[in-house]
Amino acid sequence: MLKLLYFASLRETLGSAREDLELPTGIDTIAQLRAHLASRGGSWQVFATSKSLRAAVNQAMAGGDAPVKAGDEVAFFPPVTGG
Amino acid sequence: MNEVSVQEADFDVGAETVALSAGDDGAGAVATFVGLVRGEGIRAMSLEHYPGMTEKALAEIVEQARQRWQLRRVRIIHRVGRLLPGDRIVFVGVSSSHRHDAFAACEFIMDYLKTRAPFWKKEETDAGARWVDARESDDTAAARWEGAD
Repeated sequence: MLKLLYFASLRETLGSAREDLELPTGIDTIAQLRAHLASRGGSWQVFATSKSLRAAVNQAMAGGDAPVKAGDEVAFFPPVTGG
Repeated sequence: MNEVSVQEADFDVGAETVALSAGDDGAGAVATFVGLVRGEGIRAMSLEHYPGMTEKALAEIVEQARQRWQLRRVRIIHRVGRLLPGDRIVFVGVSSSHRHDAFAACEFIMDYLKTRAPFWKKEETDAGARWVDARESDDTAAARWEGAD
């Protein structure tokens, strides 16, 4: 099981703040996970169309080739705007 | 005291500044930065963050600053929730033996915070609410520290 979190404008676009996902076979990286989420269609296509979306694995920033595995906490969000 | 706080409550700039050198006669310099909510046509600003990751990201930024400069005390306070124009958003304070380290580390911490700590701002205006876009100038400001000291 994967814990997925969505923040800020992405959360509003998806209408979802979090979900638990049974990790489908063949999905080993952030980029593959993005493609899987985009395949849901509708507002989820943002995972394919938005170049600026960021990801974190277990609360550390992660690139597209970062590995994901069962038990991980994976977050997606727009570029940060604090300070 | 924790070096890093993420909180809804306001903070006391005077008390936080004093605490950076209280009882430490090796401190020769204290540099602080306070970020505020600009008016500019907005009625309010809401700050959201990623609890857990935010604290880790800020602690990591402090650690990087400590590796670059000789620092004594570091303090970061970042507010979340709904804020009004003029409200304080963020406090960064650094003490060191000499001013250069305190000035540089304070600016470094702010530059990295703006591009690496998971906070997001949403503005309320007369025309409705809108998420604030990330600025390229913030990335440029953070990037100038790469390879510098």
